[in-house]
Amino acid sequence: MEYFIQQLINGLTLGSIYGLIAIGYTMVYGIIGMINFAHGDIFMLGGFAGLIVYLLIMTVFGGAPIAVALLCMLIVAMAATSLWNWSIERVAYRPLRGSFRLAPLITAIGVSIALSNFIQVTQGPRNKPIPQMVNSVYTIEGISISLKQIVIVIITVALLAAFWYIVEKTPLGRAQRATEQDRKMAALLGIDVDRTISITFVMGAALAAVAGTMFLMYYGVIVFTDGFVPGVKAFTAAVLGGIGSLPGAVIGGLLIGLIESLWSAYFTIAYKDVATFAILAFVLIFKPSGLLGRPEVEKV
Amino acid sequence: MATVTNPSTASTGSLTAKALREATFTAVMTFLMFVLFVGLKTDQNMRNELILVPRWGLLAIFVIIAFVGRFAMVAWLQPWRTARKAAKDAAPAQTTDAGFVKRNFSKLAILALVLYPPIILSLFGAQGSLKYIDNFGIQILIYVMLAWGLNIVVGLAGLLDLGYVAFYAVGAYSYALLSINFGFSFWILLPLAGILSAFWGIILGFPVLRLKGDYLAIVTLAFGEIIRLVLINWQDVTQGTFGISGIPKITLFGIPFDASPHGFAKIFNLPMSSAYYKVFLFYLILLLCLLTAFVTIRLRRLPIGRAWEALREDEIACRSLGINTVTTKLTAFAIGAMFGGFAGSFFAARQGFVSPESFVFLESAVILSIVVLGGMGSLTGIAIAAIAMVGGTELLREMDFLKHIFGPDFTPELYRMLIFGLAMITMMLVRPRGFVGSREPTAFLFERKNVSGSFTKEGHG
Repeated sequence: MEYFIQQLINGLTLGSIYGLIAIGYTMVYGIIGMINFAHGDIFMLGGFAGLIVYLLIMTVFGGAPIAVALLCMLIVAMAATSLWNWSIERVAYRPLRGSFRLAPLITAIGVSIALSNFIQVTQGPRNKPIPQMVNSVYTIEGISISLKQIVIVIITVALLAAFWYIVEKTPLGRAQRATEQDRKMAALLGIDVDRTISITFVMGAALAAVAGTMFLMYYGVIVFTDGFVPGVKAFTAAVLGGIGSLPGAVIGGLLIGLIESLWSAYFTIAYKDVATFAILAFVLIFKPSGLLGRPEVEKV
Repeated sequence: MATVTNPSTASTGSLTAKALREATFTAVMTFLMFVLFVGLKTDQNMRNELILVPRWGLLAIFVIIAFVGRFAMVAWLQPWRTARKAAKDAAPAQTTDAGFVKRNFSKLAILALVLYPPIILSLFGAQGSLKYIDNFGIQILIYVMLAWGLNIVVGLAGLLDLGYVAFYAVGAYSYALLSINFGFSFWILLPLAGILSAFWGIILGFPVLRLKGDYLAIVTLAFGEIIRLVLINWQDVTQGTFGISGIPKITLFGIPFDASPHGFAKIFNLPMSSAYYKVFLFYLILLLCLLTAFVTIRLRRLPIGRAWEALREDEIACRSLGINTVTTKLTAFAIGAMFGGFAGSFFAARQGFVSPESFVFLESAVILSIVVLGGMGSLTGIAIAAIAMVGGTELLREMDFLKHIFGPDFTPELYRMLIFGLAMITMMLVRPRGFVGSREPTAFLFERKNVSGSFTKEGHG
């Protein structure tokens, strides 16, 4: 039982990270109907930005309290990654909007290849380990919860609350939802569609950057190929929750995190990625609209 | 007359100002984007700790390139392009007869490929030509074959497949395992690998019959990854990440290419050289490619080919006309997979070694991008795209002169995939329809008219 609860906690932590990445996928898919293949690499980029800021603080500025350091890492990583995603959308996706459907998918794959190799070339191909940032562990009735897990869950919840507020309560969120429902009509009603889509990319990237930084903090190591597998898992989460649905993305992320950690705990760790991919295939085949998504109606 | 300002000077002035403004903006953006990743490099010091190494010079170069590039683009390139477009629109449309080269392009290309090995051999000698025949010739032709195989699925039937490399892997491992464990020869295993791959194509195609577009792409990606992960983890059979080595070579109907008395060189009284095997492999893959092209061209004339193309254009209309979409889709998957299997078994025989490393998602992405860049459905376009993408990146390995420019630490191979990714984006932006944007219809009334790419909607199925 204790073992089970332990795995549950580990799964929730992992799931928070996946959920944050999944939101970026689901929002972009909802608004322009495109699978942003490069989103996993945006997440990796965020992790690297966090790493570099951490090293800057530790080596150049001579260290800082851990909370301040973490805050700086998060803010700079969010800013840098948002900038990247904004530029990528501007350069690689926007000119192809309205072109045939495969075109943005191919450029997204190109961006994904280019981004991971850009990091390989500029930062080197090796693993980048950092010392433990937060290492206190609390043990309650035989279940150990580390401080970093608590930090991850708190940051995720806070961000999701802020994010939910933006999407549900602000004019910007309204513009986003309108663009998602009908782009042409939204444009007729005076919404700057291009700007709304750009902001969507920026928001997705900011959340992915937070996920990247927390991934770095949790595992203490990052490498340039780290974008692909978490990216696909987060995409699975988005699909599982119902692509286009924001709460769905979070629930999907948590589910994928739980399934992954429980699978590794009770079955074999070797096939844990197979489990994720199999879930992805099963959901898409049997319930393509996911848990909370609206089924697509085909009009002739 | 005096009151009229000269419009050209006014617009030139504002154009320069606009270019300056945009260039400055781009430079600032570039600075902000690259300051962390280029300006600072994480490196390991003697105690294995990460440290930061500043590279401000490199960052400055990036920013200056961005500034100058953007300025040139806004100030000169864009006005020149609009002027050219206007001139082109104003000029009456000229209908020129296609020249001799253009009319007989495919025949000439095949002739050139057949003559390629002897020409290279006579130019560079047996040892010097290995690189050109192996790295350029065989490597590119493998990709041409894979892309033509995938073209049946994506270009003809309009089923977006991101896991094509799985069938390549099935073919490669079928040959590797069956030849090592049972000692079958390549000529028996080549069709067998094709059949096995086709079988897997049907197995993986069956569950995804209902899916469309992006969803189909993602499920096929998942299947591709599952097959790779199984290859890694099923260590009793596949030896996991270590891969399988010592795969037997191909024989020319029983004549091996080695130094033995029954070897190729001894029988034909030739000096011993490894070049013969490479040349033989080159002709073999060329033959396989031509087979793929021939089958594709013939299939397009058959009812099944017509059904594929109808399926690509509109699935609902297709179904209303009584076409069985299940068999149509499954045959497309099976035949596409079969050619992937042929290419896979050839790949295993050529390398003598297979490991799951060769069948990563990136390979699927590369093959798909070749198909799309070539202009889906066009065999010539795909071949050109394969030469440009694979040959171009192979060429980077050869650029030793860059070492003299950038210093001895510069390794062009590292930049191969980066440039590949950037080239993919650029080509897609410049020609979203691929190199050959229009294609000849297979079915036509009275006269054969070229269909512009913008009227066909592929990728929807």
